[in-house]
Amino acid sequence: MKRALILLLAITLVTLPLTAPVFAQDSVRLTGSGATFPFPLYSAWFKSFSAKHKGLTVDYQGKGSGAGIQDLTNHTVDFAASDAAMTDEEMAKVPGGVQLLPMTGGEIVIGYNLPGNPKGLKLPRDVYPAMFLGKITKWSDPKIKAANPGVALPDLDITVVRRADASGTTFVFTSHLSAASEEWKKGPGAGTTVNWPKGDKLVASPKNDGVTATIKQTPGAIGYVEYAFAKFSKLDMALLQNRAGQYVAAGGAGGPAALASVQWPPNLRAWVTDPDAATAYPIATYTWMLFYKNNKDPKKAAALRELVDYCLTDGQKMSAAMGYIPLPDTVVTAVRKASSSIQ
Amino acid sequence: MAVNAFEVEAGTGSVSGPPSRWDYFVDRAFRGAARAAVGLILFLLAYILWSIGSKASVAMREHGLGFLTSTTWDVGHQQFGVLPQVWGTLYSSLLALAIGGFFGIAIAIFLTQDFLTPRLAPAFRMIIELLAAIPSVVYGLWGLVVVVPAMRPAANWLSSHLGWIPFFGTTLSGPGLAPAAMVLAIMVLPTVAAVSQDALRLVPYRVKEAAYGMGATRWEAILKVMLPAASTGIFGALVLGFGRALGETMALAMLIGNSNQISLSLFSPANTLAALLALNFPEAGPREVQSLMYAALVLLAITLAVNVLGEAIMARSSRQRVAG
Repeated sequence: MKRALILLLAITLVTLPLTAPVFAQDSVRLTGSGATFPFPLYSAWFKSFSAKHKGLTVDYQGKGSGAGIQDLTNHTVDFAASDAAMTDEEMAKVPGGVQLLPMTGGEIVIGYNLPGNPKGLKLPRDVYPAMFLGKITKWSDPKIKAANPGVALPDLDITVVRRADASGTTFVFTSHLSAASEEWKKGPGAGTTVNWPKGDKLVASPKNDGVTATIKQTPGAIGYVEYAFAKFSKLDMALLQNRAGQYVAAGGAGGPAALASVQWPPNLRAWVTDPDAATAYPIATYTWMLFYKNNKDPKKAAALRELVDYCLTDGQKMSAAMGYIPLPDTVVTAVRKASSSIQ
Repeated sequence: MAVNAFEVEAGTGSVSGPPSRWDYFVDRAFRGAARAAVGLILFLLAYILWSIGSKASVAMREHGLGFLTSTTWDVGHQQFGVLPQVWGTLYSSLLALAIGGFFGIAIAIFLTQDFLTPRLAPAFRMIIELLAAIPSVVYGLWGLVVVVPAMRPAANWLSSHLGWIPFFGTTLSGPGLAPAAMVLAIMVLPTVAAVSQDALRLVPYRVKEAAYGMGATRWEAILKVMLPAASTGIFGALVLGFGRALGETMALAMLIGNSNQISLSLFSPANTLAALLALNFPEAGPREVQSLMYAALVLLAITLAVNVLGEAIMARSSRQRVAG
């Protein structure tokens, strides 16, 4: 017993310098802000990163993608995160330039609340945009019935629940609807907030958890939330018909299949609005961290690169369990290469 | 030259004496500090108005008064209007005030007009004041989980049987005006109850005894003597409650449905200015921020108008009473 303890101590002493390499002496504090969509994952990453790197702490505040971009532009943070990346116009406001790095991916699900809690409801490609447009108003609509033989669909009004606050989740969801439905594109369009159809069967709630709670409390409700929220609150999630005509559930192999189809431009900013693959889940996205290319403090730049490296290696192993999609290996390589421009 | 009696006294070691230089100094310094504090408050108010106004000025020039009559809030097409939010703010606050005001005054009567033993009344008062300590978010969640499901059957019965009345025109699916107003009523209740109690307690007990002496029954004494005598204070309580209802944000954001439409129906979703501001700021782009600042000015103008109106009515009613 005693010998085992000594051995353990010896191992710890030997490996300690390895886990805390350069920064053991002076402490560096990194602050970031932005997207709430990957917040649970990021906070887990940063917590374990700070624990493993002595003298290096990372604070992240989930304020919203837009607020993160503002903070980066105003130089009040060391890095930011955004679901909608950053537009060229926004990047031009940062002297020295911005490096966009996709760090993880996620899916957006359509959750529903039906009496009797039927699982695995299938929603065809022409149906779910029409439901969110308010064109299909009853659960007993023949189009929904045709796709779900054997499911008892009540003669109940469909109540659409949307996000009340501007959000990256809405951006990704409406971008997909615009790609899938011409009518949606001409109507509300895509954006962090859009001009939703009006009616007494369309309500809005703040944040992912507000939407989830409202769906769970309202019989006949349908709404969109980030997959991790739906998973942990045990919301019923619909199978969506993708471009190839297949019904795919969220949370399985469909998300990675959708994200694998991305063609990356040099600035690493790309969206999957409507993936082609037969196995792909239709609504998936990457989410980005935003870094200054020109950090004035070389120590901070080194710490940021260290952080990116940690997120790409150990971090990716945590993604799947928390409801996010790990980056494909090719993307990890590309991001690691791009991270060298953080100076 | 006349001899100052005080100065003569000063030398004799008496307690009384003329104010010393130090006394003058303290007096002046205190007066100066008080004036500076008042000035600072006015400056702060002016500064808030100016800073919001200057940020809103671009939107004010662009949208003009059309901002108040337009019903669209569309960031994608840069169209901004707040009529549905103004409507929802006033509608939900008035409803909440009607319910909360009625019960608040009733509670105040119950607690001050000898219905309870003097030992029980403070306990009840404390329980009602505890309502004010519950955070807004908790009210919102409670509304979503308890009030909405409890109201739904009644609301849907009303709308299917009395749907021809515009107030019951739609069914209640989830969040909507009625549950929001109900929760808001509970939130303004402690304010109205507490201030009304103070007003009723300020009426001398002799007045009531005199009413009894004239042969009035208990309810005649309360309704015809005590309430009119305390009416100014009770009205003040209602104005304060209304102000609280206008500015309430989080519970309403969770319960009202945040839908930019104008409907008379109590069961349809609506929106309020405060909810619009709170929910849209974090992700707003520069042009939307200007419009949000304009909306904030509108909300400020509404609360200011309500307060000034309340003051005016209170001043008038007290004048009338003095004259009568």
